[in-house]
Amino acid sequence: MAEIKIREIDSKTITQTVKKLFIDANTNLGDDVVCSLQDAVGREESPLGKQVLEKIVENAQIARQEKMPICQDTGLAVVFVEIGQDVHITGGNLKDAVNEGVRQAYQEGFLRKSVCDPLTRKNTQDNTPAVIHTEIVAGDRIKIIAMPKGGGSENMSAAKMLTPAAGSEGIKKFVLETVENAGPNPCPPIMVGVGIGGSLEEACLLAKKALLRTPGEKSEDARLAQMEKELYENINNLGIGPGGLGGRITTLSVSMEMLPCHIASLPVAVNIQCHVARHKEIII
Amino acid sequence: MSKAANSPRRFDLPLTAQMISSLRAGDMVSLSGEVYTARDVAHRRLYEALSKGEKLPLDLKTATIFYAAPAPTPPGKIIGSVGPTTSYRMDAFTPALIEHGLKAMIGKGSRAPEVIEAIKKYGAVYFGAIGGIAALSAKRVAKAEIVAYEDLGPEAIRKLTIVDFPAIVINDAQGNDLYLSAREQWRIASK
Ligand code: SF4
Repeated sequence: MAEIKIREIDSKTITQTVKKLFIDANTNLGDDVVCSLQDAVGREESPLGKQVLEKIVENAQIARQEKMPICQDTGLAVVFVEIGQDVHITGGNLKDAVNEGVRQAYQEGFLRKSVCDPLTRKNTQDNTPAVIHTEIVAGDRIKIIAMPKGGGSENMSAAKMLTPAAGSEGIKKFVLETVENAGPNPCPPIMVGVGIGGSLEEACLLAKKALLRTPGEKSEDARLAQMEKELYENINNLGIGPGGLGGRITTLSVSMEMLPCHIASLPVAVNIQCHVARHKEIII
Repeated sequence: MSKAANSPRRFDLPLTAQMISSLRAGDMVSLSGEVYTARDVAHRRLYEALSKGEKLPLDLKTATIFYAAPAPTPPGKIIGSVGPTTSYRMDAFTPALIEHGLKAMIGKGSRAPEVIEAIKKYGAVYFGAIGGIAALSAKRVAKAEIVAYEDLGPEAIRKLTIVDFPAIVINDAQGNDLYLSAREQWRIASK
């Protein structure tokens, strides 16, 4: 039998990594998003829309230089952790390590604590608990993705169990309706993540993962790539525009992910992301 | 589309009834003076205080309410990043506040028909600010202090002194709605 080498990773390393990622994500907008916004400035036909986009780009630069949060809503802490099956975490458990990283990032990085009890609305004071999605993968490494998710755009997201008869037309209609109803609320230009298939919660998770893609990166599935293209055009034809003040650029991208589903169902989730599309990752 | 090219109209807060009646949806403005931040829970508290006939921590007749909750203030700064939050969440409380004298609000996103109706009936105005440019917006704040509901942390009511804060009239006292008209103007009918 081949010998399996187990790699040990100290939970403190996880904490430090999570802390670093959340501070970085909140102050340093990814180059791919900045490029997409800069490109949008050139394409926007509405003078007011163009002005809004220019301010968005300028804001990202100032945030980076001054290490200030890009947006005051520094988000709910969504964390994706891919754990290699040959890893052993020492010195504490994963969940506590991640939450400690979030706690330290939000306290020491001057990030806003935006998490509360759903009923009393009492703030938990340290932006925990994080929303942690773990996946066991091959190998002996841990990949951590930090995604601070703003409430304004999350609130405009939706999921629906369509009937199989609705098909791809039904999917497109639901996505378009969701974006149209959202209007100016989620801080356009937005990015649209769509999850199709699986179960209700799987569709939602796929939609969120779709938002991790580089804006404009097409799906490898030709059927999805075609739907992404049509939806991208139809959403930008809505006229909502940057800041909701009218214009050509309502979304920077539409990204779809899909998995097989039950013969009775067609789950679809639409996760809306504002222009402050923050996510950073590190592999340990 | 000459509007964007126009320079903004400058106003000192609080706005007078005359200033408000001169404002039209789509007007770019530059606001200076005092505003009060208040969002979800603070609105509930203000509303409940009003219902019980209690004194409010701010004078609604002269207050401009800014739907916002800043990030913590880092050392050496006046305020952390700050910008508008989505206004519709305050819609359940807003008509009552307007009835009791509130004239000006700054936020982002569409308002409910009841709010738009109250804005028209009582001669108020709703300004939109751009969401997600909070590092830039923080530079327009000259002073910040907590004045009520400190226990709410980021949601506490703060008095901010803003200087040349850029905004745009979304809902004017005539009943116009810039978000709707702008969207119609730029919409392309899909096949
Ligand atoms: S939706 Fe995004 S950009 Fe708008 S306020 Fe929330 S986090 Fe900021």
